[in-house]
Amino acid sequence: MSIEQFNYCEIPAEAEALRGQVRDFLQENLADFPPLARADSWMGFDPEFSRKLAARGWVGMALPKQYGGADATPFERYVVIEELLAAGAPVSAHWFADRQSGPQILTYGSQQQRDFHLPAICRGERFFCIGMSEPGSGSDLASIKSRAVKQGDKWILNGQKVWTTNAHRAHYMIGLFRSSDSDSRHGGMSQFLIDLRLPGVTVRPIKDLTGSEHFNEVFFDNVELTADDIIGAEGQGWHQVTAELAVERSGPERFLSSMALLKTLIDVVGAAPDKLQAKEIGRLTARLVTLRQMSLAVTQQLQEGQNPAWAASCVKDLGSVFEQEIPELAQLLTDIAPTAQGGCDHALVLAHLMQQAPSFSLRGGTREILRGIIAKGLGLR
Amino acid sequence: MKEILEATLEKLFADQLQPEQLIASEQTQWQAPLWTLIEDSGFSLAMVPEALGGAQASWHELVGVIELCGKFCLPLPLPESIFANWLLGCCGAEPITGPVSIAAEHNLTVHNGKVTGEMRNVPWGRSVSQVVAVIGGEQPLVVVMAPSVSCTVTETTNIAGEPRDHLQFEQAVAELTVPLAAGLTEQVVLLGGAMLRTAQISGALAESMLLATSYVNERVQFGRPLAKFQVVQHQLAVLAEHAAATRVAVQAAFAQSSGALAELALMTAKIVAAEAAGIGASTAHGVHGAIGFTHEYRLHLLTRRLWSWRSEFGSEAYWAEQLGQAVCRAGAEQYWPTITRQELSA
Repeated sequence: MSIEQFNYCEIPAEAEALRGQVRDFLQENLADFPPLARADSWMGFDPEFSRKLAARGWVGMALPKQYGGADATPFERYVVIEELLAAGAPVSAHWFADRQSGPQILTYGSQQQRDFHLPAICRGERFFCIGMSEPGSGSDLASIKSRAVKQGDKWILNGQKVWTTNAHRAHYMIGLFRSSDSDSRHGGMSQFLIDLRLPGVTVRPIKDLTGSEHFNEVFFDNVELTADDIIGAEGQGWHQVTAELAVERSGPERFLSSMALLKTLIDVVGAAPDKLQAKEIGRLTARLVTLRQMSLAVTQQLQEGQNPAWAASCVKDLGSVFEQEIPELAQLLTDIAPTAQGGCDHALVLAHLMQQAPSFSLRGGTREILRGIIAKGLGLR
Repeated sequence: MKEILEATLEKLFADQLQPEQLIASEQTQWQAPLWTLIEDSGFSLAMVPEALGGAQASWHELVGVIELCGKFCLPLPLPESIFANWLLGCCGAEPITGPVSIAAEHNLTVHNGKVTGEMRNVPWGRSVSQVVAVIGGEQPLVVVMAPSVSCTVTETTNIAGEPRDHLQFEQAVAELTVPLAAGLTEQVVLLGGAMLRTAQISGALAESMLLATSYVNERVQFGRPLAKFQVVQHQLAVLAEHAAATRVAVQAAFAQSSGALAELALMTAKIVAAEAAGIGASTAHGVHGAIGFTHEYRLHLLTRRLWSWRSEFGSEAYWAEQLGQAVCRAGAEQYWPTITRQELSA
């Protein structure tokens, strides 16, 4: 791997043409959406909004037309999602299905699974969560212990997942389970499509440090799946999950989480910033412009069918440093204290993002994991 | 054309630019035979319009060439000559075949064809045959001055031993004055110089990274190569991220510059490249240990240039302030549209 994977590219005209439509849609549907709500970025959950977006064809748009998608190119999807993210639209409900579960089902799923799930995803009616981490397996995902045991024509699931975003309001999980013993550390795992209403599934929300409930622990107590609920090949779970993680890490949500704060900061600083304010806002802007170009280079790789894992890790690591630094710089540049209640928009947004920021370098892989992937690509491991 | 230009120049540089020669150039200065080779190869005329006898290459096609000048630490003003001839070509003027430099900082005034004032920090000002500058005003003028016949030179060098001279002119006759092309602003030399330095930084940074990664794979301590230590791996991973960021930002700046230079992309590239230069030099030295701090080992040829180039034609601080003021002036509502349009609000 080398930095030569990163090459400047321009968004094709047919993709760029979507931008105005998305902006008009947001103007129509989110005109009075307050800055604090926008600061929730892709954690904002609003099924009604997801369905409206789906009605415009912008959920599952990269999926084939036969399943209700739009056969959209990676660049077309990029334009739509970056506009949604930059505006802080509440996209969380459909986000995981749109980004990874839908494509995962399309790539590895059976015909029956595709027919059953993909049209519902594209209608914005079926939401997914991702079952990877466990209490003893965070960064070390290959050490998972949750098991799937074949009994006749059934799979029986036992174990526990944790930090599962949206499990309390999603319909399905794609979960990684140990399905056989294997000598290889990365062998013997499989992915399953799990209806979260099944008997034996218990979902318990975990409050995050702000008191909000986004992530959960999910318990599996002799949950019975049919033989058809495995996704992809038995024992190929690690390979599939690695491909899924590359997609999970590749998008602009990895550097746009603090956009709401950058905008309120520019608002409070005003049209005539002092030197320090101008310099720091200028630096942030240069980094944003560049991260976006890097992200487009990753999109180009997706478009060309290349594996974006290495380049996506670079963008995500640099991106999370960027979005974490914005609340810190806001503290350096103005004398406005963060407020959890009351106060101006900027104070509220600052408080919110300051507290969310630690999650930016956890979700989707810690910075240590990402730097390990990058180092491996450089021939250092 | 891009690939042919790069392959040709890389071969020429690989043959001609050994570390010993670079070190010698810092003492003896002007490398006349090497300049002749480069001039004969036609690179300094690469962007001259076909009508004026050039190859009419685009900035997009030239980015790799300027990066090679950085990678090989070329101790000659080829980037400056390419830019000067592009600027002259834009204004319909004949190209200059000899070595030509550019002056972004000056207080020149022109009366009846006679020029007075000082140019500051002119790359290889003491040695070039001509220097190009733009004098602002209602009708900005491009002037070409010949330092060897008409000025007092105060010799100054940057920390890489590259001449950055101050040239004082008193009632000197301009070699040429021509109105600045419509669509270009009097900032064009500053922007253009910044653009050249970003690509040179990109080339030198990628080369520093290669040196660092190969060194940590060879050097053994505590019974294993340094590369096997996680703390070393993570430092180089961060360096790679910044080198990748610089590469893309620089490519964007060049690709988006055609008739006029792409202001937002250029400011962005200089800010990002300058920051990366500091991080890159520090990390490359850090993982090299004491050997990297010696005169004998070639890392310093790259890092002393990174430390110099990041400050030339506007430092990170200068461009960051300009960019910050521009986006604040436009306001929060215009912020995201500016990013996607890749162009500052008027």
